Amino acid sequence: MFRMNEHQQTLMEFMRQQSDKLLVQTLQHIGLTFISLFIAVLIGLPLGIYISRVRKLSGPVLGIAGILQTIPSIALLGFMIPLLGIGAKPAIVALLLYALLPIVRNTHTGITGVDSNVKEAAIAMGMNKWQVLFKVELPLAMPVILAGIRTATVINVGVATLASYIAAGGLGEFIFGGISLNNTNMILAGAIPAAMLAILFDFLLSLLQKLNFRKVKGAVKIAPVLLLILSCFYFIPSAYGSKLTAGFTPEFMGRQDGNLGLVSKYRLKIHTIVISDAVMYKAAQEKELDVISGYSTDGRLKAYDLVVLNDDKKIFPPYYAAPLVREDALKKFPQLETTLNKLSGLINDSVMTELNYRTDYLHQTPERVAKDFLQAKGLYKAPQQSNGEVVRLGSKIFGEQYILTNMYSMLIKGYTKYGVETKTGLGGTKIVFDAMTNNQIDVYPEYTGTGLLAILQAPRNVINRLQSSKDSTYAYVKAAFAAQYKIKWLKPIGFNNAYALMMRRQQANELHIKTISDLNRFLNTK
Amino acid sequence: MIKVSNLVKTFGQTHAVNNISFVVAKGETLALLGTSGCGKTTTLKMLNRLIEPDSGTIEIDGQNILSQAPELLRRSIGYVLQNNGLFPHYTVAENIAIVPNLLKWNKAKIETRTNELLEKLHLPKEYLNAYPAELSGGQQQRVGLARALVADAPVLLMDEPFGALDNVTRSKIHAEFKLLDELKRKTIILVTHDVQEAFLLADRIALMDKGQIVQIGTAAELLFNPANDFVKDFLKEQHLQLELKTIKLGDIWQYLPADGRRINTSQLAANAGVWEALDTFKFYPRENINIINQQTREVRSVTFDQLMSAYSRFKNHVPHE
Ligand SMILES: Nc1ncnc2c1ncn2[C@@H]1O[C@H](COP(=O)(O)OP(=O)(O)OP(=O)(O)O)[C@@H](O)[C@H]1O
Ligand SMILES: [Mg+2]
Repeated sequence: MFRMNEHQQTLMEFMRQQSDKLLVQTLQHIGLTFISLFIAVLIGLPLGIYISRVRKLSGPVLGIAGILQTIPSIALLGFMIPLLGIGAKPAIVALLLYALLPIVRNTHTGITGVDSNVKEAAIAMGMNKWQVLFKVELPLAMPVILAGIRTATVINVGVATLASYIAAGGLGEFIFGGISLNNTNMILAGAIPAAMLAILFDFLLSLLQKLNFRKVKGAVKIAPVLLLILSCFYFIPSAYGSKLTAGFTPEFMGRQDGNLGLVSKYRLKIHTIVISDAVMYKAAQEKELDVISGYSTDGRLKAYDLVVLNDDKKIFPPYYAAPLVREDALKKFPQLETTLNKLSGLINDSVMTELNYRTDYLHQTPERVAKDFLQAKGLYKAPQQSNGEVVRLGSKIFGEQYILTNMYSMLIKGYTKYGVETKTGLGGTKIVFDAMTNNQIDVYPEYTGTGLLAILQAPRNVINRLQSSKDSTYAYVKAAFAAQYKIKWLKPIGFNNAYALMMRRQQANELHIKTISDLNRFLNTK
Repeated sequence: MIKVSNLVKTFGQTHAVNNISFVVAKGETLALLGTSGCGKTTTLKMLNRLIEPDSGTIEIDGQNILSQAPELLRRSIGYVLQNNGLFPHYTVAENIAIVPNLLKWNKAKIETRTNELLEKLHLPKEYLNAYPAELSGGQQQRVGLARALVADAPVLLMDEPFGALDNVTRSKIHAEFKLLDELKRKTIILVTHDVQEAFLLADRIALMDKGQIVQIGTAAELLFNPANDFVKDFLKEQHLQLELKTIKLGDIWQYLPADGRRINTSQLAANAGVWEALDTFKFYPRENINIINQQTREVRSVTFDQLMSAYSRFKNHVPHE
């Protein structure tokens, strides 16, 4: 009765089907890589030359470039948003900062490494300092400088995958979309071209580097032209105009109860960019985005003064949240099920929103929020002595999951003798669910909608049959998970988990937009 | 003519050049000779302003070089470096054409001049498109010389130009150097720490020590009229050989037996050194050598023993010894 997808799609089929997107993303990726590389060369080359003249500065400049290099990419992208907003600009600046060090360093090394005898001969024959630079120092330093540019290119191809976090596009859209949608083909469709780009550019630059003096003269002249052409790739796809801009998460983009439904049921046409959940709300508040996808219980709704648009055609069905537990863990820990079920029915929508608000906006720790709540409900008990057996809890990377995991951890420690080990921050759905099927974790909170659409990837006729009912969906996924994965859905926690479209309250009021249909009407009026 | 007066250069505590003055006449070759670190290179580099002097003046043909634009000055002075300083990314032809290009010569002129020099310096034309790394050390040094000569600058500065060569190659290039007509009309300053080289190639020698010139004069003046013990000691090790090279057969003419010419023997001109005559006896020990005095057309014939006795009688009559 539970049929798998009738047909398991192959990678080639996926790539063929998504070839438009793949092409756009690849071009964006190449464009991002080379625009930033081009600017990095424009800045790095003169800077490297300058510090090889003013030796006092070489230490500090190389030091600063080195420090920039060690800032984690995600953090650097995060720093950029308040300064430059989202999209291409901050991504290019971040990439450029990474590319700077190898270029500056190698230019400096190359130029200071030129044989002083040769340099002296050049001066002694009557060359001025520019002639010495362009006819002697740069040509002789060129192999070393090219090696630096080569390193920078490979770094940039890699870091550019993260540009999709701040809506700058690139192959990261497939990679991170695939991770949150549990779609291996999608991940590979992004990762393989990205790896191939890195190998290809590395290879081409290594050829350039190996050219002898005879040929290198011409090659160095066409390099800037080539760099410019490759940079232009980025601007081809994004010639696009719309009154409002939407920012959707990769997961939302790929789900039937997400963007696919918006397009098929509402016929919504809006300029859409893909962005990570972590920066989406901030970008909406900063007016970089006008419409975003989010969860109806998200605390940031309140924090950033956003309103949910009424889903008048009912494409965002509500789903339950419930703990998922491996069946063998339930056998090993007999008290586990009853303990976890203590939370069932206690958290409704407004309670969950309030709890989220406390972590997202008031910046209270998930631990404190969890403990306060359990104490208020009279459920909190001081931890017992552990008997050495350990339950492994997991969670995805966002506030609500952290709070729930903390509550479960406190309940288990208070009501049983089991120890608890938490593995929080397990990326998206694919990562946390793979961790569970591979017996790395025993428990994590999941949503039945995600179970149905992302994990089971239920066929269209099944989805239609369930008619967006949360109870029938719960029953379906419970049975299917037991049969396919030997994983049990425990009792629903209580609150609904549903997607929602949100706008800034002020803008929604000004434009008189209350429902998604209102939004569509506004977009369609000229 | 080059006129250097009271030149001083200090690097921190080091008095690299300490009040040096000398004059080099037009067409003359002066060797700057001395031990390592005595300030030869520093002196030379001040002449084309690779190093700026602390004080003192330098005139070339009556012009104060310190008031000229350094780039223009340098294009009028040939410079040969110890490690040749050829551009590794330029072919031989391109290396030679550097100064002509700076002087904006046309292509045809550069090509004609390059070919002329290659011939004079015994470099095969096939090397024109080779890179310096593909040449031997001796060939590289010849290209370095060609590069310095190509624009026919009236002044040539050479910093240990043959220092990196093996003995055989060096002797060969020395011989060619002496015969090269391009060099005969040039004013040359040659830095070396090789006494033999200085004696062989220079008209006059400036012996330097600790940033100063100890004695300046011809080879014979230094050898037979040393200013002090330093000069004497400096030449002591190779004294006999230098002497035999410095004393010409003409100098000992009056002590040679006044016999007429013999037939079927080797011949030497009277302006050859005694060393050359000894070299000839090395191959024909039992023979006579005919020595020809070009001015008087007189010929005297000597055996090895007769040559040696004439030499020692000459030595006993040399003043100041
Ligand atoms: N740029 C410089 N900075 C500091 N000291 C220097 C510099 N150039 C030369 N000197 C010092 O000045 C002195 C003279 O150096 P110079 O190069 O003129 O000697 P040299 O006679 O050419 O010796 P060599 O035969 O070893 O080439 C040396 O003590 C040297 O260490
Ligand atoms: Mg020297």
